[in-house]
Amino acid sequence: MDESKRNQRYEDYVASVTPKTGTWRSLWHSFWIGGLTCVIAQGIGDIYYALFPNLGKDLIVSFTSMTIITLAILFTGLGFFDVIARKGGAGSFLPITGFANAMASASMEFKTEGLIMGTSVKMFTVVGPVVVNGIVWSAVAAIINLLITGGL
Amino acid sequence: MSSVTLHTGKNCAFLTNTRIAEKVPNKGKQTITYKNPPHIQGRMSVVGAKEGRGPLGKYFHKVLDDDKMGEKTFENAEIKMLTAAIDGAVNDSGLKTKDIDLIISGDLLNQVTTSNYVAREYHVPYLGVYSACSTMTEALNLASTFISAGHFENVLCSTASHFATAERTYRYPLEYGCQRPPYAQWTVTGAGCTVLSASGNGPKITMGTVGRVIDFGTTDLNNMGAAMAPAAMDTMVALFRETGAKPSDFDLIITGDLGKLGSDILRDLMMEQGYNLGQRYIDCGNMIFDVTQKCYQGGSGAACSATVFNSFVLDKVLDGTYGTVAYFATGALMNTQSCYQGETIPCISHAVVIER
Repeated sequence: MDESKRNQRYEDYVASVTPKTGTWRSLWHSFWIGGLTCVIAQGIGDIYYALFPNLGKDLIVSFTSMTIITLAILFTGLGFFDVIARKGGAGSFLPITGFANAMASASMEFKTEGLIMGTSVKMFTVVGPVVVNGIVWSAVAAIINLLITGGL
Repeated sequence: MSSVTLHTGKNCAFLTNTRIAEKVPNKGKQTITYKNPPHIQGRMSVVGAKEGRGPLGKYFHKVLDDDKMGEKTFENAEIKMLTAAIDGAVNDSGLKTKDIDLIISGDLLNQVTTSNYVAREYHVPYLGVYSACSTMTEALNLASTFISAGHFENVLCSTASHFATAERTYRYPLEYGCQRPPYAQWTVTGAGCTVLSASGNGPKITMGTVGRVIDFGTTDLNNMGAAMAPAAMDTMVALFRETGAKPSDFDLIITGDLGKLGSDILRDLMMEQGYNLGQRYIDCGNMIFDVTQKCYQGGSGAACSATVFNSFVLDKVLDGTYGTVAYFATGALMNTQSCYQGETIPCISHAVVIER
């Protein structure tokens, strides 16, 4: 029996004995944690709207996002965001909070190497792919949009 | 943690192509029988707070209450921890640091910096070794060879690993909120040190088996147990065949850090080779953490087996519970780049046999 056959066999065997992540349980946890994050954010937005009705919708949305980001970074610094995220999974890393946590945790982690060679260099280690792909694909989408509709 | 189905191993047939030497007593291809077996004269284990709360907590010599040990960085804490383990072991052996002829040490950080920085303080000949989580048995084998050949009198073997520094080297920032799969493992924070001497009355290291690099094509960085189990099997089979021993000839067989899943797989693999490991087999990674500590399949890391060996196992050897112990530490020899480049995970396991 050659090696690739043996490896395939071993892979099948390992797959049969390895415990799986419970899909429905993970979905439920990410649903309620992600949903709760959004409800809280909406609540903060509503409070801002009640306090400063003259600001305009766009500005309220920006302020709400900034508040949520600040909270996520604060939670990361205090050391309990990862506890929530372990439970919430996609529910905590898909919203803007996940992005904030990824940047904040990397900045904190590499602070020991100094502000330039540590924090500044390594800040984007986790979120780098998100930023790059966000920019590249939005540019692609814009070009497609331009070609199809002839305007932006 | 969901339960693992144990196979009887009747229909797996993994190993038809291994070329292991048939039984040739005292002249194995991989197994060395030490002519002048060294004695274990001193030992010390230092662990972090989480390990101290585990089932083996009462056996460890020193449990830290702060994993940073008041240092600015976790790397410095690891250095301090390893220094504490070395000083403690030298003290335990009744020797002075100047009596130590050689330090063999390793850890998990790039270019084994922890060991290098620790050795800087001792002004003693030093060998830095790296064999991932099997570093301890590699060091013990090297030390035994040096002593048995008469080159050195007292050799010190030590390893350290730290959860925080290992996470940063191999995975994500500490506070990054990521989910681990249920088959992941948790790097042990700790340091273990053993002092071997040519003379004395401590337990002897009578044999050692040098492992081969084994790769069964696993690619999942989180499933270390499954990656390393074949390497443990290979070395175990080599030791058994080359010495003509059976598992029942040992009072205790320990593996390093296969974790719960990996040790179940190893039982299956060994069953298929015709060896029933049974109750005498334990895994350090499986024992060091409690199920309630949320460490998934258990502990891993260079310090995992080193701390358990230097505390629980040697305690039990010294009090007479176990007479002959076979100690297999297992290591996964990848780095983060190699896996992103599509490489599989090569693994190794070295073994030593300890007799009272």
